[in-house]
Amino acid sequence: MLYALKIAARYLTASKAQTALLIFGVAIGVFIFIFMSALIGGLAELILSRTAGDMAHISIQAEAVDPISLLPGKPLLVQQKSSKTASNLPTAMAFVPLIEALPGVTAVAPEINGSGVMTRGSQVTQVSINGMEAGKESAITRLDSYITQGTARLGAGGVLIGQRLADDMDLLLGQSVRLRSSNGIEMVLTVTGIYQMGQGGFDRRTAYVSIGTARTLFAMPQGVTRIEIKLADLYAADTIAPQIKAMTGLNAVSWTVDGAQLLEALSAQAQTGYFLKGFALLTIVIGVASALLLSTYRRRPEIGIMRAMGASQGFVVLVFVMQGALVGLMGGLFGAGIGYLALLPFPGRDNFQSGVLPIDINQGSYGLAILLTLIGAILASIWPARSAARVDPVEAIGQ
Amino acid sequence: MTALVEVTDLVKTFGSGEAETRVLRGLNLTLGTGDLAALLGPSGSGKSTLLTILGTLMQPTSGTHHMLGVDLTTASDPERTQFRNLHIGFVFQFHNLLPDFTALENVLFPTAIREGRETAAARARGADLLTRMGLADRITFPTSHLSGGQKQRVAVARALMNKPELVLADEPTGNLDRVSAMQVMDLIAQINKDEGTTFLISTHDEKIAALCHRQIAVADGQVTG
Ligand SMILES: Nc1ncnc2c1ncn2[C@@H]1O[C@H](COP(=O)(O)OP(=O)(O)OP(=O)(O)O)[C@@H](O)[C@H]1O
Ligand SMILES: [Mg+2]
Repeated sequence: MLYALKIAARYLTASKAQTALLIFGVAIGVFIFIFMSALIGGLAELILSRTAGDMAHISIQAEAVDPISLLPGKPLLVQQKSSKTASNLPTAMAFVPLIEALPGVTAVAPEINGSGVMTRGSQVTQVSINGMEAGKESAITRLDSYITQGTARLGAGGVLIGQRLADDMDLLLGQSVRLRSSNGIEMVLTVTGIYQMGQGGFDRRTAYVSIGTARTLFAMPQGVTRIEIKLADLYAADTIAPQIKAMTGLNAVSWTVDGAQLLEALSAQAQTGYFLKGFALLTIVIGVASALLLSTYRRRPEIGIMRAMGASQGFVVLVFVMQGALVGLMGGLFGAGIGYLALLPFPGRDNFQSGVLPIDINQGSYGLAILLTLIGAILASIWPARSAARVDPVEAIGQ
Repeated sequence: MTALVEVTDLVKTFGSGEAETRVLRGLNLTLGTGDLAALLGPSGSGKSTLLTILGTLMQPTSGTHHMLGVDLTTASDPERTQFRNLHIGFVFQFHNLLPDFTALENVLFPTAIREGRETAAARARGADLLTRMGLADRITFPTSHLSGGQKQRVAVARALMNKPELVLADEPTGNLDRVSAMQVMDLIAQINKDEGTTFLISTHDEKIAALCHRQIAVADGQVTG
């Protein structure tokens, strides 16, 4: 074993330029692997922080009553679900401290949601109304980070609207506006803050009020319509949601149920990454195999001599497999090194900037890249090694 | 004199049908321990073929081949490989040494392959053999820097490394000038005398053959004298 390693190492150092080129080629493959890992990982991070960052990881809503089929046996003809009356969770508030105490839960925000109409002079706009507890305005959606004027704090009689809505209705900070809920209750509120999320629909449609205001608007002195929950790790939602459901009996739903599209996009992106990484590995395997195959042809006489001196076929296999392993290991380490150095200048997951590739240096999969390269190079050397072991010593020595 | 090697009715044919060549045609030969024998014969008479079979590098088409009482015609490839390593040394005309290794590393090869590494004891023996071959100042030389005669002497040292009973040399001096050839032959004769190693040396050179104690003539695939 050790002696085969010595011979393998000598063969590699005997043709230095060729070996250096081969190792460099392997290193480039490893570099691509690492670059793709960091990019795909960073992209996922970016997408999740831009979308999932502002959404609840688990939400609790009143159990949707199944639409009643009007004609039995004709499932297409159903009663339309009422969107006007928000369904109430009368007892849910009692569970809030319990849910907050669960490990992995970082925020719990009870809300009263509904729809309404905003009027100012002759301007009338349909809006959705979000009633939020004071102090929890930014617990789920980071409202405070989107405020352009005023404050995110919601007080009684205050309303927070999007920039687009303000533009559409010619509303300025501090001005008052009429809000009429779907229950027919009307209040006059003061614009205490204007936000800009950059998502047109949201900025045009959503008005935030305090939960007290919402209680008045929707005539709901008790209970809430919805509880939103944020987790430390959003991928834990699928395990924590059933826990909450078991504990409270409430219909806790993981973001992955409605976020299937997002998950799909992320997984498609990851698959693209696997595909490209697979190709990088394939290039490494082909490169190593062809270089070693050439070497077995060049060294046929020597292989013949070794066999004549009593080297077994297994020993010859070992000599060539070890050359592959050495090339894989050195190319892997070298590629991982240049990969790490090349990723260093990128800003990193906590401060991705637009216009710069969202590369996360911590997701380079360096160890995996080295390991897979080593395995790939060893596999690549098996074919050349076997063909070397089958060399007929009589022919090779060519007497 | 006890029989070290014995072959009977040895037949070797290459190819089949129209293209069939019968190279050895029922050859019989016995080599005793301590023989220093020359193998003579015209080109194409089958000398190399015989040496390859005696060296267990090739199987005969038919006939028997025994060495040290072992039936080598029925031995498997791994068995023959191990047998070769322990009991047979080779010196070839061309392609003898591993070019990327030093003289000493080449000499150590047959032992290192068996022991799994180059031991201190093996190094000492290898260096001693090279010294006896007059190569004391070339021990750590890369073999690519050696002259033809020096290379052949390294090859002889390597053939002796595992203290084999039999050394097969196929035109070992074919590439050398008269002086170098005689030097190599003198060393072989010396080893034969000192250690009783059996040598079978194929050659076209009558002067080389004359240095041997026994001359074996081969013609048309048979021993003729
Ligand atoms: N692998 C092979 N396939 C077909 N024919 C072969 C093969 N090897 C040897 N021969 C033939 O066998 C015959 C004997 O060859 P061999 O090399 O044993 O002769 P030789 O006595 O060593 O000749 P020389 O003195 O020229 O070295 C030759 O006619 C050669 O062409
Ligand atoms: Mg010959």
